[in-house]
Amino acid sequence: MLDFNLYMAQRLSALVMIPLTLGHIAVMVYAIDGGLTAGEILGRTQGSLGWFLFYGLFVVSVSVHAAIGLRVIAYEAFGMPRRHLPMLTFCIATVLLTMGLRAVWAVTYGVAA
Amino acid sequence: MDGSTAGDIGGGEAGTDARLTVDVWRGDSDGGAYQTFEVPAYESQTVLDLVSWIQQYADPTLTYRFACRVGMCGSCAMMVNGVPRWTCRTHVRRVLGDEATEGRVKIAPLRNLPVIQDLATDMDPFFDKWVKAEAVHHPSRGREDAIERIDPTSEERQAADAGIECINCSICYAACDTVTMNEDYLGPAALQRAWTLLNDARDGDRDAVLDAVSDKGGCHNCHSIGSCTAYCPNGLNPMAAIAGLKRETARRSVPWLLGRRKARD
Repeated sequence: MLDFNLYMAQRLSALVMIPLTLGHIAVMVYAIDGGLTAGEILGRTQGSLGWFLFYGLFVVSVSVHAAIGLRVIAYEAFGMPRRHLPMLTFCIATVLLTMGLRAVWAVTYGVAA
Repeated sequence: MDGSTAGDIGGGEAGTDARLTVDVWRGDSDGGAYQTFEVPAYESQTVLDLVSWIQQYADPTLTYRFACRVGMCGSCAMMVNGVPRWTCRTHVRRVLGDEATEGRVKIAPLRNLPVIQDLATDMDPFFDKWVKAEAVHHPSRGREDAIERIDPTSEERQAADAGIECINCSICYAACDTVTMNEDYLGPAALQRAWTLLNDARDGDRDAVLDAVSDKGGCHNCHSIGSCTAYCPNGLNPMAAIAGLKRETARRSVPWLLGRRKARD
């Protein structure tokens, strides 16, 4: 169930994700085609503010977008009671944000194992 | 026109021997089941004729609703072979061509509305949502003021004209899967009415309409599935109207990004 604010949040996060998705696909093709090792990839991402911002923004957008989308599915397809929807949305967004930002931090500013 | 009159539904007349098998849903809000009738087949027979024949010659307790019989009043809509249709303008031969009907006609009350009895549904939720969508006229002039001149060629008037032929039959509401899944959703007809008001130069509270359609259950819940437009018997396009509402609410919220709407003259 969407009101205007949730609708706009989902549309704007989609807008942000369009170029980021294309960039991510380009990076994946480059990394695989070039045969980069994990070490070589980390060598490029460690300490890089650019990669941190690129994937950080990606994670934030995904967290917002997916949480709202799954909220709608939970309500419309699975009949979840309305009173539980805000908590569901918050939990999904928090889990995605935590996992995503943790991974982004690990490959940019985290201490390499 | 189907050529039949109010009294001409085939009963008691010498017709052909051909008969149609008609399954009619019988019951109320607590549930029910299909009952089968054999109805004489005639040329130029509508689905409403079938129901009327059953009520007049087979079972007078059959409950249904109709009024004008010419597709203007919007009261005779029912599910026919699983599809919402205006029964007074739907020829039997047309629905017999539906796939998987096996020569039978299956008639049920409209989907997405509570059943009162048999084929008559309670239209209150449908019309309550019209009010909830602020689909009511907000006067902009008093009786002492001159009548506003409307330019029929203006873009706004054309948009309003595209939706005002709605006959409130609720077929779009019955066809909408989002209504089925989301009880708060206002539905295509109410939102289309809001869109016509938004484009009507005589309506005086544009913000009230946009606020109403932006609330929970408003236009932003539409998934653009398109059943409303596909099944509208008058060929209207509620999906485009809802898209227009989404656009206008977004435009009001972020005019620097999406551009301001043209001011009315």
